[in-house]
Amino acid sequence: MPAKKFEYAPAPESRAILDLQSSYGLFIDGRFVDTDGGRMFKTVSPASEEVLAEITEASAADVDKAVAAARRAYDKVWAKMPARERGKYLFRIARIVQERARELAVLESLDNGKPIRESRDVDIPLVAAWFFHYAGWADKLEYAGFSTASSGPPKPLGVAGQVIPWNFPLLMLAWKIAPALACGNTVVLKPAETTPLTALLFAEICQQADLPPGVVNIVTGAGDTGRALVEHPGVDKVAFTGSTEVGKMIARSTAGTSKKVTLELGGKAANIVFEDAPVDQAVEGIVNGIFFNQGHVCCAGSRLLVQESAYDEVMGSLKRRLGTLRLGDPLDKNTDIGAINSAEQLARIRELSAVGESEGAERWSPPCEIPDKGFWFPPTVFTGVSQAHRIAREEIFGPVLSVLTFRTPQEAVEKANNTPYGLSAGVWTDKGSRILWMANQLRAGVVWANTFNRFDPASPFGGYKESGYGREGGRHGLEAYLAV
Amino acid sequence: MPSKPAKPTKPTKPTDRIDVRKTYKLFVGGAFPRSESGRSYEVADRKGNFVANAAMASRKDARDAVTAARKSFAGWSAATAYNRGQVLYRVAELLEGRRSQFVDEVALGEGVSRSRADGIVDAAVDRWVWYAGWSDKVSQVAGSANQVAGPYFDFSVPEPTGVVAALAPQDSSLLGLVSVVAPAIVTGNTVVVLASEERPLPAVTLSEVLATSDVPGGVVNVLTGRTAEVAPWLASHMDVNAIDLVGAADGDVVDLQVAAADNLKRVVRVEPASATDWAATPDLTRLRAYLETKTVWHPIGV
Amino acid sequence: MTTTAPPPVASSLTGLDVPGITASDASLRRFLHGLPGVDQVGAEARAASLSTRSIKASAKAWAIDLAISMIDLTTLEGQDTPGKVRALCAKAMRPDPAVPETPRVAAICVYPDMVPVAVDALHGSGVKVASVATAFPSGRASIEVKLADVRDAVAAGADEIDMVIDRGAFLSGRYLEVFDEIVATKAACGDAHLKVILETGELVTYDNVRRASWLGMLAGGDFIKTSTGKIAPAATLPVTLVMLEAVRDFRATTGRQVGVKPAGGIRTTKDAIKYLVLVNETVGDDWLDPDWFRLGASSLLNDLLMQRTKMTTGRYSGPDYFTLD
Repeated sequence: MPAKKFEYAPAPESRAILDLQSSYGLFIDGRFVDTDGGRMFKTVSPASEEVLAEITEASAADVDKAVAAARRAYDKVWAKMPARERGKYLFRIARIVQERARELAVLESLDNGKPIRESRDVDIPLVAAWFFHYAGWADKLEYAGFSTASSGPPKPLGVAGQVIPWNFPLLMLAWKIAPALACGNTVVLKPAETTPLTALLFAEICQQADLPPGVVNIVTGAGDTGRALVEHPGVDKVAFTGSTEVGKMIARSTAGTSKKVTLELGGKAANIVFEDAPVDQAVEGIVNGIFFNQGHVCCAGSRLLVQESAYDEVMGSLKRRLGTLRLGDPLDKNTDIGAINSAEQLARIRELSAVGESEGAERWSPPCEIPDKGFWFPPTVFTGVSQAHRIAREEIFGPVLSVLTFRTPQEAVEKANNTPYGLSAGVWTDKGSRILWMANQLRAGVVWANTFNRFDPASPFGGYKESGYGREGGRHGLEAYLAV
Repeated sequence: MPSKPAKPTKPTKPTDRIDVRKTYKLFVGGAFPRSESGRSYEVADRKGNFVANAAMASRKDARDAVTAARKSFAGWSAATAYNRGQVLYRVAELLEGRRSQFVDEVALGEGVSRSRADGIVDAAVDRWVWYAGWSDKVSQVAGSANQVAGPYFDFSVPEPTGVVAALAPQDSSLLGLVSVVAPAIVTGNTVVVLASEERPLPAVTLSEVLATSDVPGGVVNVLTGRTAEVAPWLASHMDVNAIDLVGAADGDVVDLQVAAADNLKRVVRVEPASATDWAATPDLTRLRAYLETKTVWHPIGV
Repeated sequence: MTTTAPPPVASSLTGLDVPGITASDASLRRFLHGLPGVDQVGAEARAASLSTRSIKASAKAWAIDLAISMIDLTTLEGQDTPGKVRALCAKAMRPDPAVPETPRVAAICVYPDMVPVAVDALHGSGVKVASVATAFPSGRASIEVKLADVRDAVAAGADEIDMVIDRGAFLSGRYLEVFDEIVATKAACGDAHLKVILETGELVTYDNVRRASWLGMLAGGDFIKTSTGKIAPAATLPVTLVMLEAVRDFRATTGRQVGVKPAGGIRTTKDAIKYLVLVNETVGDDWLDPDWFRLGASSLLNDLLMQRTKMTTGRYSGPDYFTLD
């Protein structure tokens, strides 16, 4: 027998499935077009810093054209089309996403840095599920509970301007586009600057589906492009997922307009572990809560609250478990922790972690080899954290867990709710009545009890307080795209 | 209950009885303070005749009202829906009992006939009853059991968003006021309402009804004063979760909305404010505006 | 191997007051029910997630050889004969006659009356003889009969005894009865190693699996084993995960290392590798050894051999090229 150690050989997913172009235009009115005055920028693989393609930064004129195309498509085609037919286009898109799932997963991991295991098993399957779910809604909107006999069937809003983040590029696109189209709106969507590629591949999917030109328009770019889109007078609806800071800017810039706005913003979720928790599953939940997608998750369980009586047991198990996490090539099928999405994000994670240390919290990471190239941050745990520490209050958006303790359920709730955010929370206990009590008390839009980071198109998702407003998913998610 | 005309009457003969007039105060935390600023302002009828002095709330009164509303939120939101429904219904009962006083104040303040005012008070009573009935139905209409693709029990329930600031409509001093307050509190929110600036008296009288009904102190807090002065403090207050701008002057809406973005308040705007027909049966817009959807997941296993 | 297990005398465990725990049914119940619960969905999700590990190239070759060396090659049929057992023993010692460097399996697992045949056939090969006993598979016999069954197998030369616990007693909460029976069986084993079969398919819940695992370990079992192979479901990844967590926690508490043996239903190389990944990521290197982890299987061996051939020749093989015994 060879040495007694099970070393997994590299198991990279092949990139051969991709047909990357060297540069991409904007997807406007059903075609890829060159920019009108915008410049080009590069999108890189965060795992290697390899340039993947040149991307167009859409100018205000480009945004204008895209909105005009969306308006034309809305007036001439999409709003007039029987709802049943609209739905069939969405079903078609869902199927093509399934057919091209591996290609999408590889591209997502390449551009975003997330492990292929996640893009393959979570992101892309959910994208298909989201389109499939909302496809079925298209011709059933009058049953969604937003209309009365006197108001008649609910009406779409018109043109939706949608701005999405880089953490789940294609999934966030699906969360935005699927309900918008199902409700009869047309869209102009801006993917994040660092992760435009799957949105551009999605544009191709729209072509394959023969989606009428102008129903979906993709304008790539950075903050300026996003601002031009959000502030465009031809936009009737603004949907944004991203930081609370930008969310507030959007709320201000749309003040006084008739634009309907939904915002899905930051979080600082408490993941609360009681002494009677199913410990092994709780540890998995903690790991999944904060290290899923490198912690680039708005609903990440970034504050672990452990009951003092279970502290040693939980922390012992957690540290042992973190020792098995595999950090590295996102395209390797055995990678658990991929690359940090960008140099900027890495700098922010580093900065806040340094603050954590300087504020006296104890920093720990498992032994972990960091690749030479690319943007990487090891799974990190801070213990001895109190509510007053910045790392317990600010969203780090990285693989950094702050550990706090509590003694009673009341104290846990108090600490969990002691934040301007209110997106999600986790509770781990074997006692049913306590779960329901906790779920009642927690001021958060999603409460995962004895699980964490679960998503489903039938399940409404969204925040309280400064985590934004509006819900995405299920019947609730329709409201954002209907004139109700 | 004997009807007491709100309009001050002047004695014609030296032997006539002198009215005992009411002091119109603020309603904060279940108590009736004067404005901490010591200010008041004249309220006139539609013809410009003096009717009463109303307290002129300051930013500190607004702050105190928000504090009171926040303090009462935990208890009120935890009350059973059945209980809240009965409390709202009780308000309707008491309002009905004091209807002539409201008829007088509405007629005077809104410059409508007594019979028209009578109809408005009827509608206000009925509006309390309508919203009272929603208390234990809203979760069935706005909530859901979600069929997720996995072994999870997944449900969504509506929950109150917290403290709601309402700028009551300027025209409809009673029915409009009830129509912005009732939908907020029936689901467990607590309210700071800034009454119609020119027509504040029904609001103050309503606060007397609230004080003697079963509404816990602090659940509804009523301020009277200058909308343009107080509203910005409510709009920018970081412990207010939602704001109804229906009573704001059109020119102030943008600034108030911008201020409300500081903590991402849920904003109810109606454009234009005058377009609202307060007499019509409401839809669920205001109920939904102050509800957060909470989704809970739990594995299904043995 | 990092630890040498101390003599498995239950009461001598450090870190646990075994006499106190086993003073009564009530105290044993308190202890077993005080173990952390297992959330079914979470445990299954974890096992499923580990089964997506992709084991390629050198890692796969290594894992195949390790898996072969961990097999308890089993025949437990009413129709077993000395001829069948001898043939299986030959296969155990030389799994692939064409490739002599193929590792031998860990043990042959047979009924007690076949032990002498196996002992004879395997003599000097290093392949152990394991015998099921205690009125396998139901265990429904008096304690005297079960112990006699064990002594018989041991006397015939069995190196290892695979006993079944009394699931009826366990499910009705008579934990002490189960405990005492395991202790008595262990005593009857003498120097033979004792594998305690939980028959997880009849215990149904993971909470029960965890409790039974601890019960078996407290009572002195050298191994805990999932199944008889006669009840469906037999071994599953999540059940094995829960048992691995139990041996991990037991060693952390007491210092004594206990082995794990999933048995039944493991038929393909892919299955076997999933189990090894589970071991690797749950308990680590210390258990990646035939002394601490076994795979109870029969048809698995040929699939491993086929895959092994594919790894060395670079082409897919077929069943005609491997012996059927």
